Amino acid sequence: MTDMTTQQRMKIKRHEMPNQDQVVRRGNYTEVALGYSEETAKAEAERCLQCKDPKCISGCPVGVMIPQFIKALREGDMVKAVEWMKVKNNLPAICGRVCPQEVQCEGNCILGKKGEAVAIGRLERFVGDYELAHRTCPLVKAADTGKKIAVVGSGPAGLTCAVDLAREGHKVTLYESLHGPGGVLVYGIPEFRLPKAVVHGEISYAVDCLCIDLKTDHVIGRSFTLDELLAENDAVFLGTGAGLPSFMRIPGINLNGVMSANEFLTRVNLMKAYQFPDYDTPVRIGKKVAVIGAGNVAMDAVRCSKRLLSLQTGQGEAPGEAHIVYRRSKDEVPARKEEVHHAEEEGVIFNFLTNPVEIIGNEKGAVTGLKCIKMQLGEPDKSGRRQPVPVEGSEFVMEVDTVIMALGTNPNPIVFVDAEGLDRTKHGTAVADTETGRTKKKRVWAGGDVVTGAATVISAMGAGKRAAADMNAFLKGERTWE
Amino acid sequence: MYRIMKKEVLSDVVKLMEIEAPHVARKAQAGQFVIVRIDEFGERIPLTIADFNREAGTITIIFQELGKSTIQLGKLNVGDTISSFAGPLGHPTEVKNYGTVVCMGGGVGVAPIYPIARALKEAGNTVISIIGARNKELLFWEEKMRAVSDELVVCTDDGSHGRKSLVTEPLKELLENRDKKVSHVWAIGPAVMMKFVTLTTKPYDVPTTVSLNTIMIDGTGMCGGCRVLLEDGAQFVCVDGPEFNGHKVNWDSLLSRLSFYKDEEKKAMEHYAHKCRLESAAAKGEK
Ligand SMILES: Cc1cc2nc3c(=O)[nH]c(=O)nc-3n(C[C@H](O)[C@H](O)[C@H](O)COP(=O)(O)OP(=O)(O)OC[C@H]3O[C@@H](n4cnc5c(N)ncnc54)[C@H](O)[C@@H]3O)c2cc1C
Ligand SMILES: Cc1cc2nc3c(=O)[nH]c(=O)nc-3n(C[C@H](O)[C@H](O)[C@H](O)COP(=O)(O)OP(=O)(O)OC[C@H]3O[C@@H](n4cnc5c(N)ncnc54)[C@H](O)[C@@H]3O)c2cc1C
Ligand code: SF4
Ligand code: SF4
Ligand code: FES
Repeated sequence: MTDMTTQQRMKIKRHEMPNQDQVVRRGNYTEVALGYSEETAKAEAERCLQCKDPKCISGCPVGVMIPQFIKALREGDMVKAVEWMKVKNNLPAICGRVCPQEVQCEGNCILGKKGEAVAIGRLERFVGDYELAHRTCPLVKAADTGKKIAVVGSGPAGLTCAVDLAREGHKVTLYESLHGPGGVLVYGIPEFRLPKAVVHGEISYAVDCLCIDLKTDHVIGRSFTLDELLAENDAVFLGTGAGLPSFMRIPGINLNGVMSANEFLTRVNLMKAYQFPDYDTPVRIGKKVAVIGAGNVAMDAVRCSKRLLSLQTGQGEAPGEAHIVYRRSKDEVPARKEEVHHAEEEGVIFNFLTNPVEIIGNEKGAVTGLKCIKMQLGEPDKSGRRQPVPVEGSEFVMEVDTVIMALGTNPNPIVFVDAEGLDRTKHGTAVADTETGRTKKKRVWAGGDVVTGAATVISAMGAGKRAAADMNAFLKGERTWE
Repeated sequence: MYRIMKKEVLSDVVKLMEIEAPHVARKAQAGQFVIVRIDEFGERIPLTIADFNREAGTITIIFQELGKSTIQLGKLNVGDTISSFAGPLGHPTEVKNYGTVVCMGGGVGVAPIYPIARALKEAGNTVISIIGARNKELLFWEEKMRAVSDELVVCTDDGSHGRKSLVTEPLKELLENRDKKVSHVWAIGPAVMMKFVTLTTKPYDVPTTVSLNTIMIDGTGMCGGCRVLLEDGAQFVCVDGPEFNGHKVNWDSLLSRLSFYKDEEKKAMEHYAHKCRLESAAAKGEK
């Protein structure tokens, strides 16, 4: 089939992703998107035009060698496909599942201009899953360099940095404050979107092969300070993410039944509250849930709610309601397209142009309602974006038992305790060079959400990779600090 | 994995354990806490650091068996291990010479108040301690408390030991007594007790520090589940506390938040009891 003409390739329609039935899946936590078969993957790979100037690559934050891996895939050379992939991306099984492809690689694919882009993310997932199952591209550690490195935080940024440095032969200790590694991949993103077996498979493989010393339950800033780590290591990387939740400043936020999305998702995903009482940690959501916000975090929270409503009753279809409350319109929704689509399929109710003004409670201090005001799009502001403005007199009360706030997060300041000389912005993010990850403090690098604020998995990985390259050069004496 | 090095039964429902956790012991200070998770299925529960030994790398915890997690923990023995032990978390107690201070411990709260009383004594304060429990059986560490206090008052609700009264009664007498000039009060115990201690000290305008025991998950400021309403807005107990100015705490909100998961806690306990019965039946069957 490799001798197809461009016209022939362009006639092939983009291959749908097989998904779990939209009603059945409301009552379980297993993965929604089932993945391409080998046959479908190869057929989809045939659509790629192998552009001389591949626009897709420039859309990817780490510049994955997309046409190369797709070519190997369609020629049936999976080992090569994995190799091409891993030049830039250590965790394809994860990125293939969670990248916002429509605004990155696929958003730039030439085929997308007139028709539908090559399903790069789905192909990437196929390659990643193949590697997970067959380990064709083993991780090898170079000869010991005698250099010691501390990596703080085991999310995508820290993990990538740790792996790249351990491969170079440095001795890496990876510190994590929670009881398990993975960061948002484990405590935030739910099982039905990113199975924990995939994440744990990647982490334990890397940790074992590269002899990374993983220390969980270590809160840096408390058990050890940054300066103490610096005294014992040649270099330190901070990948502590942006885990600090914000609450709206409206009356009633301290009522029972008001949670941050972080609390809700941590209970459900990290602590497995959906399997309570087999797992000890409970979560209570009542019969009607309102999630405020419309980013990825909000979509995850509302889809978890939908499932919990069903699990509580043991029925396939939930008797309760799960709402999204968002002050802008559908066009501005920041979440991945696929998640919004899946949420709609699962029966989530979207309330656009609606802004909460007060949470109402009863005499026992429990939530009974969410008072909102309707919004309309006003004149475009300087950025050209139409700002929502309240419609006077349009207040109304939604009856709900649970309000989950998914309003964005900031870096957790604990790691910066006593860390003198490390500059931070007024939003609390660490100041670091985009190319090298160097902070203002000597021998300290940083990357991922702790520098950018809440962003994406692939951008955090990219930052971890770039920092690892610069740290390696520094440790080998190829580059100096100044 | 963290090993249990020592276990002591302090009363019917209160147990002490020394856990090997050098990464916590090296920095631990009075007033801080740890987050404990017993096994893969466990929840993360906060427990105060009752004592520490930097050389041996151990932390002493003292807990009251209330529900599933604390009862399960109480069943473990020396040599057993628990899966997670993170800390030291929260801010330490601000120890300095205040003059005359009153240290109050209610129920299991005697455990966390002990290192604070000891540190305050070492800092040169005159320490008057008041400890109390429902009955004699629940009381522990009377002698240890006496050793670090200039004066010790012991109360029980039922009069089975010491004075028959709530801890607030002797406190009020002390505050009335102008010779004593109490300059600061610490109170650790059930939320209701701390609430009434602050109500007692308020008219006398004596600064009162309480250590709040909200429901927690991560203990590092990440979830906001531990938030407490103060006069000037909400704060996170795990990172902003656990000690707060008791006069600013909205106690009704705190008490209501503490009881939010009552039904689920009961369910967890029933599920656990059922599992234990099945296991012991199976063990008997094997014999
Ligand atoms: C619910 C949710 C859904 C998301 N969905 C998507 C998606 O679909 N696609 C996408 O691309 N992105 C998504 N994101 C964003 C993405 O997950 C993050 O941008 C990414 O995980 C950032 O990686 P990181 O390594 O910088 O930080 P994190 O993943 O946050 O990891 C930081 C780690 O550091 C640890 N840590 C923090 N402080 C300390 C300390 N003092 N000592 C030791 N350890 C510490 C934390 O416990 C954590 O494990 C989502 C985020 C959330 C919350
Ligand atoms: C900073 C901090 C320090 C603490 N230090 C200690 C300590 O040193 N020793 C100790 O015994 N306990 C301490 N606690 C309380 C302890 O965490 C709880 O008792 C424990 O989580 C109960 O778990 P469980 O599963 O056994 O009981 P659950 O089944 O969760 O609860 C059983 C009963 O206890 C009540 N309860 C639940 N959580 C709490 C809580 N956080 N505080 C008070 N009552 C609660 C419930 O309402 C219920 O009636 C501390 C709490 C905090 C926040
Ligand atoms: S890493 Fe993400 S953006 Fe880059 S090619 Fe893969 S799916 Fe696309
Ligand atoms: S832009 Fe699209 S068609 Fe061109 S190489 Fe990239 S994936 Fe293939
Ligand atoms: S316990 Fe999660 S923020 Fe305090």
